[in-house]
Amino acid sequence: MAKVVGDIIIDIERCKGCEVCNAACPNDVLEMSQEVNGKGYHYVIKVNADCIGCSNCAVVCPDAVITVYRAKV
Amino acid sequence: MAQTFDRPEIQTPENLVYSKTTCLTDNVMHYCPGCGHGTAHRLVAEVIEEMGIQSETIGVAPVGCSVLAYNYFNFDVQQAAHGRAPAVATAIKRLLPEKYVFTYQGDGDLAAIGTAETIHACNRGENIVIVFINNGIYGMTGGQMAPTTLPGMPTSTSPYGRDVETMGNPLKITEIVAMLPGTHFVTRQAVHTPAAVRKTKKSLRMAFENQKLNKGLSFVEILSNCNSGWKLSPVKANKWMVDNMFPFYELGDLKVNGEMINKD
Amino acid sequence: MKELKLMKGNEAIAEAAIRAGADAYFGYPITPQSEILEYLMMEKPHERTGMVVLQAESEVAAINMVYGGAACGKKVLTSSSSPGISLKQEGISYIAGAELPCVIVNVVRGGPGLGTIQPSQSDYFQSVKGGGHGDYRLLVLAPASVQEMADHVGLGFDLAFKYRNPVLILSDGVIGQMMEKVELAEQTPRLSNEELAEKYPWATLGKRDGEPRHIITSLELESSKQEIHNLKLQAKYKRMNEEEVRYEAIQCDDAEYLMVAFGSSARIAQKVVSMAREKGIKVGLLRPITLYPFPSEIIHKLAGQVKGILSVEMNAGQMIEDVKLAVCGKVKVEHFGRYGGMIPTPTEVFNALEQKIIGG
Repeated sequence: MAKVVGDIIIDIERCKGCEVCNAACPNDVLEMSQEVNGKGYHYVIKVNADCIGCSNCAVVCPDAVITVYRAKV
Repeated sequence: MAQTFDRPEIQTPENLVYSKTTCLTDNVMHYCPGCGHGTAHRLVAEVIEEMGIQSETIGVAPVGCSVLAYNYFNFDVQQAAHGRAPAVATAIKRLLPEKYVFTYQGDGDLAAIGTAETIHACNRGENIVIVFINNGIYGMTGGQMAPTTLPGMPTSTSPYGRDVETMGNPLKITEIVAMLPGTHFVTRQAVHTPAAVRKTKKSLRMAFENQKLNKGLSFVEILSNCNSGWKLSPVKANKWMVDNMFPFYELGDLKVNGEMINKD
Repeated sequence: MKELKLMKGNEAIAEAAIRAGADAYFGYPITPQSEILEYLMMEKPHERTGMVVLQAESEVAAINMVYGGAACGKKVLTSSSSPGISLKQEGISYIAGAELPCVIVNVVRGGPGLGTIQPSQSDYFQSVKGGGHGDYRLLVLAPASVQEMADHVGLGFDLAFKYRNPVLILSDGVIGQMMEKVELAEQTPRLSNEELAEKYPWATLGKRDGEPRHIITSLELESSKQEIHNLKLQAKYKRMNEEEVRYEAIQCDDAEYLMVAFGSSARIAQKVVSMAREKGIKVGLLRPITLYPFPSEIIHKLAGQVKGILSVEMNAGQMIEDVKLAVCGKVKVEHFGRYGGMIPTPTEVFNALEQKIIGG
């Protein structure tokens, strides 16, 4: 059976650190950074490679920060 | 250098499943972190991109938090006086019937100062889309009581909670417009979870498709958090919305294809 | 084809709007101007030219419909009478701030408040000083005949688009309700959306591929940018003052006494000129046709020639302030007016002229 894998690109400078994406991720891929971006926000980062490209994070992001890729391997 | 968990082999154009719509500009939105306005803007813009009507759309921005919506929508936008967007949109649509016209309004704009314009545009059945963001508070001016503020809900002008005896009851304007013969599609949605966002987008798509078919007015209420006004974190605000707003403002379609939905 | 007709002033406005190629009229009934909306509804301009006519739910909605239509580059007008114009002031301020062209007709009735339905000129201040909030001016035309009611619609649209500024036609219940012979202009064709997009690149007619989107707004959060916008508006008003002053000078050449009057007051004052001249008193009349920009220069010039000036107005003395500014203390300036919907008789005005100016 083909396995679905995904990945996201986070535009960290546009991220406002609201954590809504974090709450929406089914695979606990996202956490907030220790560092802050240019606007002073703790931005969202990936903490594992378990992304399945479901787009939930991007769909709830108010700032259109996340680009999503998905592939069958 | 910290590990990034990037998988460049997957980040290829053929694997792209989600990216920011071209119907939004690159301007960073002024909304507070986690505000539902950004999501609602994005959904409207995505629907317009998917329908291929970017050059055919004229939006009308309100007064309130989304007064600067024209900075973010990458198509023609007029900014209207407080509450008057439905009147402005009426004229645009009457004069440019082949274009797609929508208003984007908050609860103060649409359900307090602009009640007359809202009701009458709906009642005339203007062939437009009204996107109504309800967060139960005046965000832009600093968290004052809105027409939609829940009973007992504290705001800066109802610091001890909304006392319905003296301050009146919250107005369910969506239920009112659903009863008017001019409305074709009336729905109440939210943008707090991926599933809710996807449903809201479907509703917006239906609203704009209705306009294409000259069906009359489509009214899409979107319940949204105002985490700054509610003084909660974005995630907690979404939870508060589910626990407090949803029981009063029930989600779902109120009217589809001109027929009232019986929820009993 | 030009056409000669006997019409009410209000009807002439309506017919002239159709013939001027107006794209839309948005209005709300109020006495004494309801014939404008009634005539348009009866005439079905949609079948004649495609013009949209809509009865709005309020004057507030009507002026904001004007905003929406004007922002699309369309020729749009509205009309009302004093209390209704007060309601429109917010919208007019937005239209002026966003620099949109439109024509607004005020068929003035007596006030304040609900006042009376009879004619008055008590909205002079509201018309020429801006009217709503913020630093702005309307271009104000003052018709004194049914013919001018018709002519000022076409002229109003020309000026509105020339300056991207709202134009107000300041009429009153006399001119709106009376019937006179009027020569109506030939039909001006309405412009297509393509023609509008070409002519008015600012109009929200849809974002064209590869071009920036159109934004119509009166908002600027940065005060330094708002000031630049204000300066731009002021420069526009200065240009109006240089290029658009219109007036009629009636027997002013040899005048020893002058009356200044506009609209229906000017018709009465004109009779007073003949009455005075019959008695050998050399009286002239300066009738401003534009109230903003005000014909200050000619009044200043005449002030050097005459012994006194009477400002004749159907109000408690409003235009007299602009007359005095123009005269700059050179000669005595007095006011005569009737209020609350009362129309002065020529004899009353003549007596006032004798008592306040000639004998005074």
